[in-house]
Amino acid sequence: MNKSAAPIHCFHCGLPVDKSLNIFVEYQGENKPMCCYGCQAVSQAIIDSGMDEFYRYRTSNPEKPEEIVPEFLQQLKAYDSTSVQKKFVSSTGDENILEVSLILEGITCAACVWLNEKHLNSLDGVISANINYSNHRARVTWDNNKIQLSDILESISRIGYLAHPFDPDEHQRILEKERKQQIRRLGLSGLLGMQIMIFAVAMYTGEWWGIEESFKQSFRWISLALTIPVLLFASSVFFKSAYRDLRNMRVGMDVPVSLGIAIAFSASLLNTVQGSGEVYFDSVAMFTFFLLSARYFELGTRKQTSEATEALLNLKPVIATRLRNYHETASSSIDDQESVAVSELELGDTLLVRPGEVVPADGTIIDGSSGINESLITGESLPVTKSKGDAVIGGSTNTENPLIIQVSKLGEDTVLSSIQRLIDEAQHTKPAIAKLADRIASWFVTVLLSIAAIVAYYWYTVDPSQWLEITIATLVVSCPCALSLATPTAITAASGQLARIGLLPKRAHALETLAHATDFVFDKTGTLTEGRIELEDIILTSGDFDKETALMLAASLEMSSEHPIARAILSAREGELKTVKELTHTTGQGIQGVIDDKHWYIGNADFIQQHCRDAFDDSADTASRIYLANEKQNIAIFVLSDSVRNEARPLIEQLHAENKNTWLMSGDRAENAQSISDQLGIQHCLADLKPEDKLSKVKQLQQQGAIVVMTGDGVNDAPVLAGADLSIAMGKGTQLAAATADMILISNNIEHIYHGYQIAIKTLSIIKQNLGWALLYNVTAIPAAATGYVEPWLAAIGMSLSSLVVVINALRLNRLKY
Amino acid sequence: MDVIYILLPVALVIVIIIIAIFLWAVRSDQFDDLEGPAHRILMDDDDSERKINKTSPPSDKAPD
Repeated sequence: MNKSAAPIHCFHCGLPVDKSLNIFVEYQGENKPMCCYGCQAVSQAIIDSGMDEFYRYRTSNPEKPEEIVPEFLQQLKAYDSTSVQKKFVSSTGDENILEVSLILEGITCAACVWLNEKHLNSLDGVISANINYSNHRARVTWDNNKIQLSDILESISRIGYLAHPFDPDEHQRILEKERKQQIRRLGLSGLLGMQIMIFAVAMYTGEWWGIEESFKQSFRWISLALTIPVLLFASSVFFKSAYRDLRNMRVGMDVPVSLGIAIAFSASLLNTVQGSGEVYFDSVAMFTFFLLSARYFELGTRKQTSEATEALLNLKPVIATRLRNYHETASSSIDDQESVAVSELELGDTLLVRPGEVVPADGTIIDGSSGINESLITGESLPVTKSKGDAVIGGSTNTENPLIIQVSKLGEDTVLSSIQRLIDEAQHTKPAIAKLADRIASWFVTVLLSIAAIVAYYWYTVDPSQWLEITIATLVVSCPCALSLATPTAITAASGQLARIGLLPKRAHALETLAHATDFVFDKTGTLTEGRIELEDIILTSGDFDKETALMLAASLEMSSEHPIARAILSAREGELKTVKELTHTTGQGIQGVIDDKHWYIGNADFIQQHCRDAFDDSADTASRIYLANEKQNIAIFVLSDSVRNEARPLIEQLHAENKNTWLMSGDRAENAQSISDQLGIQHCLADLKPEDKLSKVKQLQQQGAIVVMTGDGVNDAPVLAGADLSIAMGKGTQLAAATADMILISNNIEHIYHGYQIAIKTLSIIKQNLGWALLYNVTAIPAAATGYVEPWLAAIGMSLSSLVVVINALRLNRLKY
Repeated sequence: MDVIYILLPVALVIVIIIIAIFLWAVRSDQFDDLEGPAHRILMDDDDSERKINKTSPPSDKAPD
């Protein structure tokens, strides 16, 4: 084996290997180093099942697998119960042949897809397994007599991936159906359009070289026959939405589009029947095709975003562990457990909430005490200690000890539901910024119709034999091709750019609103900060130990704790830990234990004072400091903080350079918020805000004329995200925030918000140029047609060229680099 | 040039066939995953090749 000084990397996940660990897996006759037992187990499982080709195919390393713990397997078992399965498993005729959709986590390259598919298909009882490469979803059909769903999920975790059953929500099902319908329309108009174009080219060249009238007439009829399906099945979308617009007394871009298509078609129909004059069937089909493709790409972006976020909302059909026959008084056994779907819980049920689990419903603790992470509601990143008699909020996370709770509120009455209601209301009253293109559209239609009326009237009085022909020519030339493509092409090009920086628009208005923004509001925890507590400093208070030793002792004591502070200290320590005997946790206080026959204590100031002989005083005592002491004295202070994201500072500076107002709105305590605000130079800082306070503050700004961009990540931000003019949710944030936001920052690099702003500005200016060009074209072409100077072939070329200019101009957006 | 009167219906029939095939493809989910097949073709169905590899001793491929 290679034992040189160069760092060894794990054969499976590619992370550096600690040399003191000597674990290997045999791959093709060689011992490959492994970084942990998790990787070893996974790698061994892959090789043993004859799928070692995975290592040859892969183009990137898989994620480090999580170790499989018995609790995890226990939770999987819950998926076998029919009441839980009801929501997301469908039966395919035979009641034992079941089908489920899974979201796979940990897919990094095509080889992962191959491995999972192969692995699933090799399981006895699995009938078929198909994984979609683009959205990492699997469809699995299995025979319930031979294998259980939990076995399938478990076997996926054995090879290092995580699978969650999910139920695609209504919104996604509609999007999926719409996408299929759009592909049909697109294909139909494209295929027929090409065919019509063949005849059109023959007729145009016929103008130059001469063509027999009988041929020309048959071409007209065939083109007509081919155009009718395009009109009925593809262009009909424009007509429908134009009709809807008109019924609501407003004019959108679909109105001129429909008008253009209808006029071009009727004029051509008339000429075909008459057997003379020009036909514009090719324009009808190609115009429809271009517009539909722009729409298809836009829908594609939206679908991608909603898949990335919204499905996660109902990722877990949350399962609760109900205790049967539990009595508070007796030393009751908690062995009589059953797993039930949260939707089936009843008031007064007794539930067991294990450490690491989410509290399934609002309730009261009847036994146990533990740290509860309520960042979901309050934004506060440190857990709050709760014990018997305290209320817990459904959706918060239990971090330390098992708790037994009694359900006090369900469904509509829970705190989470009340936040949901706040969101719905906020979304309802959201100010709408009219789209530039729509405003121009109504103006355009008015002007166009007036011109047509004037032209018709003029020619009718001057030369009644020509009035109809010239009026139709005017209307055809004014076809809003370029005008209606102006916005979609620019937006499509911008979407590509946005995808590159990982800022995905979810709603159509997002880009235009971003370009107009005046005020940028940020949440603190998880948005401007990493949302993760890290060890910032170690202050030694006794000369007997160095920092390294203090950290080693602290990490050894904290080893078994799930508390975020413990995690922070553990992740700061690289290297071996000591064994601790007589380990005792005091919830909300600290931990004590014996290391090398000496007592050690780690915890908050009170805890240390209780156990330590020498009194000590730390004037800067806050929740983010913890202390390490032996029986005699305090040894070290560990200063912890939620570190500010590196990209936050440049973001704020760049926004200030653009004369934007910056706000920090936090639910956290004032001193914490102020210190972050000062570090970053944010102009206004508001702290101690509840979700509804944030919303009312933003509404107040909006009333003063501000266009507010809100960036946040938590459930407590969700209402204000819904109420802001434009909201951006962090990709790593809670799903509720992502569901209410207009854009999702998948990359989690907040500096990209500024880049997104630049793209938005650029896009808006391209839209304006495009609209300007389109109007210029129409302004010159219409008078020419109105006076009867435009030959039909010239009109056709003019239309195509003006559209081409718009498309090429939009492509300039792709030149921006970040 | 009268042949054009035969060619026109032929062209129409071909278009109809193409559209029928296209609609069938949409209905049978051929457009659902536009990336996967490109990768899959590189990895799948080389079981026979793998068996040959297994019987012969592994060559000294450079480990990554």
